[in-house]
Amino acid sequence: MFVSGWRRLALGGVVALTAQVNAAPEDDLAALRSFYEKRFPDIALEAHIDGAYALDEGKREQWLEMEDFPPYEIAIDEGAELFEEALADGSSYSDCLGDDAPVVKQNYPYFDETTGQVMTLDLAINNCRVAAGDEAWDYLGPEMAALTAFIAYESRDEEVAVEIPDDPRALAAYEDGKAFYYTRRGQLNFACSHCHMTMVGNKLRAERLSATLGHTTHWPVYRLKWKETGPLHRRFMECNSQVRGVPLEPQSVSYRNLEYFLSYQSNGLVLNGPATRK
Amino acid sequence: MKRVIGPVSRWTAAGLLMVGAAAQAVDDEALAEGKAIATDRNGGNCFSCHMAEGAEMAGNGGPPLIQMGMRYPERDALKAQIFDPRVRNPNTVMPPYGAHGILTDRELELVVDYIHSL
Ligand code: HEC
Ligand code: HEC
Repeated sequence: MFVSGWRRLALGGVVALTAQVNAAPEDDLAALRSFYEKRFPDIALEAHIDGAYALDEGKREQWLEMEDFPPYEIAIDEGAELFEEALADGSSYSDCLGDDAPVVKQNYPYFDETTGQVMTLDLAINNCRVAAGDEAWDYLGPEMAALTAFIAYESRDEEVAVEIPDDPRALAAYEDGKAFYYTRRGQLNFACSHCHMTMVGNKLRAERLSATLGHTTHWPVYRLKWKETGPLHRRFMECNSQVRGVPLEPQSVSYRNLEYFLSYQSNGLVLNGPATRK
Repeated sequence: MKRVIGPVSRWTAAGLLMVGAAAQAVDDEALAEGKAIATDRNGGNCFSCHMAEGAEMAGNGGPPLIQMGMRYPERDALKAQIFDPRVRNPNTVMPPYGAHGILTDRELELVVDYIHSL
């Protein structure tokens, strides 16, 4: 199976990859890896967790300098406080997220068999809040950014291990995310794969385009352009808007499925959030 | 002929004389407007992917736009590429500027003239 995926790539690159509609998730993963290995023979697959900074030495140096005083530190500190605060009914986030909390980022996203949907960390946090009688947070707001930053920080170095359970609904969610990734959209007519595979490593104006592999390992991100820490789905919204498409709601079913597909591709890589990006 | 003949076009002057009747009719002002539309991030934003003479912070997702007049003696072939590059390459990353109405007809013509002058 691995070999056939690899051969298909060798024959037609991205074209072949998009064509294999019903490949099993593990075949997708093998194909994607060999695609980036061939595209960047000198870059270890693990290095892609640093996104564009794995591909651009000059930018990497500036970026590493920023790590001396990482701008996401405030969010981590605020998140640590939020994590200790009791919820409205007196329970704690640990009660709700499990004994390992705050080291739980590696468990997300997962397929939730009770709802039949993909469960992300952000959604789980809001579910905890609502169940305890608190108000749900804004998915793009500072509290969610802070608590997820703290959890990401505490979960650093854990391995991504997203599972697709033997449930047709789980596979359907994965396939939906995959279709989203390879579908052209917006007036400018780009699929995610056009920028992050076809053009990966190239410059779009001054921006170096990062690989799909590692796209989910380091969230939330303090983005200099945002001047604050924000979630993965905000980046999805931006990449959709960039091609003059209509961005979806954060934590919408489609974006969660997309996160499921993308995170699966990063299986085996280590978590390294939160991070800083330009 | 109003256009300044640069080193490249001097090279191809003979070719231009034969095929370039339309190009010669394009005046500097129209070329400047075409260049402005090609440059504008909300217009063509062509240099996000293409290098071209005088383009700043150009990307490299697409091939450099050089010697275009020589490489596309037929202006229509160039226009077709910009109107809908999916015809030539269904998997292209280049946006369909005409087919998706990203540029108006007038803007597209101006951009084609400008690119053809490169
Ligand atoms: C027109 C080009 C373009 C398209 C299409 C596009 N992106 Fe991006 N994307 C970028 C650029 C530019 C950046 C910033 C540089 C980088 O990290 O690659 C970026 C960054 C990202 C990042 C952050 C990477 C990091 O290291 O933090 C993610 C995640 C991402 N894109 C996902 C997507 C998804 C999912 C889609 C489709 C829904 C998509 N992109 C479509 C251009 C694009
Ligand atoms: C997102 C990237 C991108 C953008 C933006 C873009 N192009 Fe392209 N362009 C390409 C790629 C890639 C090719 C290579 C052929 C193909 O895939 O269609 C190309 C090919 C071309 C060609 C054919 C070149 C040759 O060597 O024959 C021309 C002419 C061209 N583009 C003009 C333009 C113009 C004019 C604009 C803006 C109005 C533009 N492009 C915007 C990516 C882009």
